[in-house]
Amino acid sequence: MPDLGLEVLLKGKNFIRLLEGLWTALRISLVSALIGILAGILLGVLAGRKKSVFRGILGGWLAVIHIMPQMVLLFLMYFGTSRAFGWYLSGEMSAVIVFSLWGTAEMGDLVRGAVSSVPVIQRESAEALGLKPAQVYLLIILPQAVRRLIPQAINLITRMIKTTSLVTLIGVVEILKVAQQIIEANRRASPNAAFGVYLTIFVMYYLACRPLTLASKQLEKHWR
Amino acid sequence: MDWAYIGQALPLYGKAAWLTLRTGAAGILLAAAVGLLGAAVLRRRVPVVRRIVSAYVEVSRNTPLLVQLFFIYYGLPKIGIRTDPEVCGIAGLAFLGGGYMTEAFRSGIEAVDRLQEESALSLGLTPGQAFVHVILPQAAAVSAPAFMANVIFLMKETSVFSAVSLMDLMFTAKDQIGLYYRTAESLLLLVGAYLLILLPLSLMGHTLERRLRHAGFGT
Repeated sequence: MPDLGLEVLLKGKNFIRLLEGLWTALRISLVSALIGILAGILLGVLAGRKKSVFRGILGGWLAVIHIMPQMVLLFLMYFGTSRAFGWYLSGEMSAVIVFSLWGTAEMGDLVRGAVSSVPVIQRESAEALGLKPAQVYLLIILPQAVRRLIPQAINLITRMIKTTSLVTLIGVVEILKVAQQIIEANRRASPNAAFGVYLTIFVMYYLACRPLTLASKQLEKHWR
Repeated sequence: MDWAYIGQALPLYGKAAWLTLRTGAAGILLAAAVGLLGAAVLRRRVPVVRRIVSAYVEVSRNTPLLVQLFFIYYGLPKIGIRTDPEVCGIAGLAFLGGGYMTEAFRSGIEAVDRLQEESALSLGLTPGQAFVHVILPQAAAVSAPAFMANVIFLMKETSVFSAVSLMDLMFTAKDQIGLYYRTAESLLLLVGAYLLILLPLSLMGHTLERRLRHAGFGT
């Protein structure tokens, strides 16, 4: 059995530190997802109406986000704002801002898509039955749109969790940074620590994302 | 904005963009090959291999590329598998992309009626011939939009390659900012270079999607 460098995880508080690092990453993605989803619902509903300026805003915003890599957007926020406006944002703050903006645009698009996927006849029938516009929206459109929306929103959260791993490159001390510190500190005692520690992180990310992917798939199947 | 500096730095970014393009294209091609193979295995229901392919798809899709790269570049050498940065980047992209491509091709192949395959077989085609000449051409039309989306996604994912010391666009921009504090110029060049690479891909994707919608394939 070759030395896989796993023993380093049992030393001192190393495993707890890794988990703390994972929590830093998850916290960034969950805060951003929450902001993005709430703002995205608002933007999506506003953009769903015909001839709304919000439709143009959403379209332009989405184009930027679809073309530019998240890493570039993080760089622009982290380095660009200090140069342009004199803001000195921390890496974590830059990440939350970028991911929230991303989440808002994608969620907005999902909401708009889900609402417009409800057949027009549903709205017309509800109106013919004498429901008020607000009632039509709350009682008829939303419940149908939500079924389509929830699996897609879960997917968005999963993608955010995966993308948060990038924040180590703008200096946030999250799980990959903690891993580097642990490996560096144990260079002599466990020269193979890099294998065990990075494998552990690999598994941790899988365990964080897999249940969400599964839930999204199940819900999609269940509600079809 | 210091245009003299931009002119001076331009070759550096050109070199970096070429690296991004080269590694990206190689990774995407490999990913497509892996995806095709994976989808064929899932279609043919090869007993044990099918399980392995399904597990691979889940693992590659549920972990970030950066973590995959760290494991390949820093972890694997400890058990004797050493790669140079460029090979590592391409391998990582192929590992990640293979999962996404398998899904894209699988859904396309699934959309082809089983009857098509059975008819081809009853006409005397071998299973291999039926797959290449009958199933794939029809599946390609259905898979094309997802395939293009994956190509763009994977090209964007190359932006983490600087983490395994590849001198790509991100690396160059960060380096230049660190060396000369030319933040505005560096960011402009960075965004410009990515636009040059990604805008044509994105437009191609849109055109393809529109064409296919008119062709009435799919659904």
